[in-house]
Amino acid sequence: MAKSALLKSSIAKKYWMALTGLFLCLFLVGHLAGNLQLIFGTPLQFNEYALFMTTNPAVKILSYVTYISILFHVVDGFLLTIQNRKARPVGYAKTNPGANSSFSSRNMAVLGTLVLIFIATHMTNFWAKMHFTTMPLQTITIDNGGQVSSFYITSGWGQDRFINVNQVDGENLIIEGNGFYYTKPIKVQFAEGYKDLHKITMDFFRSKEKLFGVIPNEGLFFTIFYVLSMAVLGFHLWHGFQSAFQSLGLNSPKWTPTIHFIGKAFAVLVPFLFAIIPLYIHFTK
Amino acid sequence: MSTAKNINITLKIWRQKNTKTKGGIETYKLDNVSTASSFLEMLDQLNEQLVNDRKEPVAFDHDCREGICGSCSLYINGRAHGPDTGITTCQLHMRMFNDGDTIYVEPWRSKAFPVIKDLVVDRTAFDRIQQAGGFVSVNTSGNTIDANSLPVPKDDADKAFMAAACIGCGACVATCKNGSAMLFVGAKVSQYALLPQGKVEATERVLNMVRQMDEEGFGNCTNTGACEIECPKGISLENIARMNREYLKASL
Repeated sequence: MAKSALLKSSIAKKYWMALTGLFLCLFLVGHLAGNLQLIFGTPLQFNEYALFMTTNPAVKILSYVTYISILFHVVDGFLLTIQNRKARPVGYAKTNPGANSSFSSRNMAVLGTLVLIFIATHMTNFWAKMHFTTMPLQTITIDNGGQVSSFYITSGWGQDRFINVNQVDGENLIIEGNGFYYTKPIKVQFAEGYKDLHKITMDFFRSKEKLFGVIPNEGLFFTIFYVLSMAVLGFHLWHGFQSAFQSLGLNSPKWTPTIHFIGKAFAVLVPFLFAIIPLYIHFTK
Repeated sequence: MSTAKNINITLKIWRQKNTKTKGGIETYKLDNVSTASSFLEMLDQLNEQLVNDRKEPVAFDHDCREGICGSCSLYINGRAHGPDTGITTCQLHMRMFNDGDTIYVEPWRSKAFPVIKDLVVDRTAFDRIQQAGGFVSVNTSGNTIDANSLPVPKDDADKAFMAAACIGCGACVATCKNGSAMLFVGAKVSQYALLPQGKVEATERVLNMVRQMDEEGFGNCTNTGACEIECPKGISLENIARMNREYLKASL
């Protein structure tokens, strides 16, 4: 009696690629909706969203599922590619692959590797800063009849949402733990400041600094890198989206044309909207 | 009315003495090839020339030369069964080529299909996959039920028949960039899974055939769809999807 191998068999690997891939497609939609606030929302709205995304327990669980999906998709894809190379030890002298398959479908491993490089860069640029470094907190400047003063905005618990910058670390208040406000003498925590991810993002794509001390105008460099990476993602999705349905056995004359259409629309639209964001930030002030 | 003419071609053919030796591409000039001849007849003509020159003729597989046995293989100019669709190599004609063309002729390339000699490969891996589950166990003790006495929906019968049209030639494996045999196995699983006689052993069949397929060293399907386009019998990718469904059902 045959035993199924839900991890090892060639078909099971397809299921895992498909399930993790489709989950990551859902993730893209959520991530895009959040990022579009950089264009259509206020800085405070974006920072509130960032605070929610890094602290809400449900979001935390989802984020771990996302990390695991990426890892699984990468490892599984890597194993598949190695096995597939081994399946043809001697290659053809003359090939004509364009005659029967699309560029995307033949280059999923290369495209996927490029997307992985992008994810690593992108997480270093923002995710790592948000999680592991001390970030500037969001402030606003209020002009009170010629007297200009800066205020921190906080998610305060029934307290004032504004704290005068001059008060902090001065007589009454201190900041600890990357954004928590405490009263100085008795150390009572009473509010949390917003890490200014909005400002970090704006500065990142507008930076005129040299990257690694060599590449001039790193803001422009990263804008181009992000836009090109989205094009690569588009090619990956062009094949990947509809391929996932086929792998899960969902292929019928009735539904497959619709799935192909949605897949191609998704592959164009989602990376396009993502790519607009760095372009918008870089070329506006 | 015949529009046939004669053309001169250059052939670049894979020559390999046996499984153990290393092969290589050899170049041959062949003149006065009628465009009305089939590709295999052209190879016959080349072999005649080689024999006259006291050289070893090129070994290649062929049998019915009617496009139904699946014996002839050949990767011609980068495509399984050459530059035409819905045909095996015996149905490929020299009118598809022009005077002065260089034509590459290579054997199927797959770890599971080792080269026996020149253009002949060992496709018994397919036989072993069939033996692992591509059959229906029938009581032959004299009370066999006539197949037609079981009602089968027309749609299912048509789909099963289309899957059963697979001639096991191996073009799907040869053309797949991953060397995957899933179109073949998908067709064989489907032709039984769709019919009442096959449903009894459906679970074991798909698990055993897929296990054997993996053991033979075929690659993994990445849904490029190349197999469906190169298949001489037009076996649809739907059969791979059906196998994926059957495998999931059998695994749970």
